[in-house]
Amino acid sequence: MTDNGAEPSDHLRLDQVSMKFGQRTVFENLSFSLPPGEISVIIGGSGSGKSTVLRLIGGLVSPQSGRIVVEGQDISLAGNDVLETARNKIGMLFQGGALLDSLTVFENLALPLREHTDLDDESIATEVHDRLDAVGLSGIDDLLPNQLSGGMRKRVALARAIIRKPSILLCDEPFSGLDPISTRKVEALLVDINRRRGITIVVVSHHVASTMRMASQIVVLLPDGLVVGSPQELQNHNDPRVKAFLTADRDQPSEMVEEVEVLPSGRRT
Amino acid sequence: MITQLANLGARSIFFIEEVGRVAYFGGQILVAAAKRPIRARRFVDEVFRLGVLSLIIICVCGLAVGAVLGLQGYNTLERFGATDSLGTVVGLSLIRELGPVLTALLTTGRAGSATTAEIGTMAATEQLDGLRMMSINPIHYVVMPKAFAMVFVMPLLSALFIVCGIAGGYLVGVFWGIDPGSYMTGLESAVTFQDDILGSFLKSLIFGILVGLISTYRGYSSEPTSAGVSAATTTTVVEASVVILIFDYFITALWGV
Repeated sequence: MTDNGAEPSDHLRLDQVSMKFGQRTVFENLSFSLPPGEISVIIGGSGSGKSTVLRLIGGLVSPQSGRIVVEGQDISLAGNDVLETARNKIGMLFQGGALLDSLTVFENLALPLREHTDLDDESIATEVHDRLDAVGLSGIDDLLPNQLSGGMRKRVALARAIIRKPSILLCDEPFSGLDPISTRKVEALLVDINRRRGITIVVVSHHVASTMRMASQIVVLLPDGLVVGSPQELQNHNDPRVKAFLTADRDQPSEMVEEVEVLPSGRRT
Repeated sequence: MITQLANLGARSIFFIEEVGRVAYFGGQILVAAAKRPIRARRFVDEVFRLGVLSLIIICVCGLAVGAVLGLQGYNTLERFGATDSLGTVVGLSLIRELGPVLTALLTTGRAGSATTAEIGTMAATEQLDGLRMMSINPIHYVVMPKAFAMVFVMPLLSALFIVCGIAGGYLVGVFWGIDPGSYMTGLESAVTFQDDILGSFLKSLIFGILVGLISTYRGYSSEPTSAGVSAATTTTVVEASVVILIFDYFITALWGV
């Protein structure tokens, strides 16, 4: 059982979920659950629907069919009120950060607190600086997002995503566009947040090295289904496409990787 | 022939659906306006960006239009020996028609397009989704203050345009030898508050609603790509301009203002 009394499999679960954009099927009958308090990484080829899975969990898009359970609550067809309640438990780190470019770093972090809490200005400032310290940034309160580097922007966005103390953190390509040092910093931050705060973290990433280091569970989206397992299990998996993914960033280009990249999304189990 | 009819039918259905979507979006803005917090600070920011930053263009264009009206009016009235009526002609033309319409068109080009581009860019860079994930309704936080600011600033900018236009006509008229007193007296005696000033206010208020609604809707519903934002911005300028002129006709025909 989890803290709220839900079964562990109901903490985060997709059940027979199908998704289409117009005539294009992204995936069909996708089912898996993610363990509470762990870091799960979703990998797969371009267009396989990795980011869509995150958007489904966040309630930003609705599936054609199936159930999406977040902490025991089905949000697949939920109205705005239910979604807002569910989103109170979820933080999301977007690929580009999604910081409001008209607000300073401080205002970006203070916004959710001003909207949803009764904290006074002093308490809000304390919270904001606490989160900025947690991601290794300070003294940048008055900077605008366009004055930050890519890595700093990601870390500020991460600080904003955890400022409301969510139980689930969704991260869409947190390492994209970052140099190796920034990648390691963001990776270390995610691991630290997971360990210190016990937050369930779901990461969508192409970065296999980081995935293998930080993940407790990996979900590989394939054109004809999915494979779920721990990093150790997947390293010894007999599906060559899974192996191709996990060795792809070791300068070993594989025909199977190419195949996964170009195949149209098909039926999954 | 059947294909053409089918295309016409499909376009008609799309048009009706689009009108429905815009009306629904307008309803969402009104519902958001009734919710707390009232977003006063964001509203004031938008009034500054949409209104105060448009002051120069409105003043310059108003002055130029008034000067042209003065020149054309003087040349025409001179044929009938009625140049003393220049103030009446310039004033009524600006107050009843040109002030609200030209202000709305100028504001569409300057502020309406900027509104669409800003909201569209926010959609393309996931800022609107970011707000949703913070349980903040983007219509309440982003759209509503912009739409209401547009409605608020339009009558004020129109009034400024009219004042500048009257001043432009005055300068040209006096330059051509018209008595300044007769220009102002003619204007004062011809313009009525009920028919002219209130009518002008009503027109600009309706134009403000139209521009605010179209510019925010187009930005909010734009494709989240740079090409999509560009197309939405163009659509805003074209649609709002056409709608302003069509509504201008119907307001004038139905209410006589």
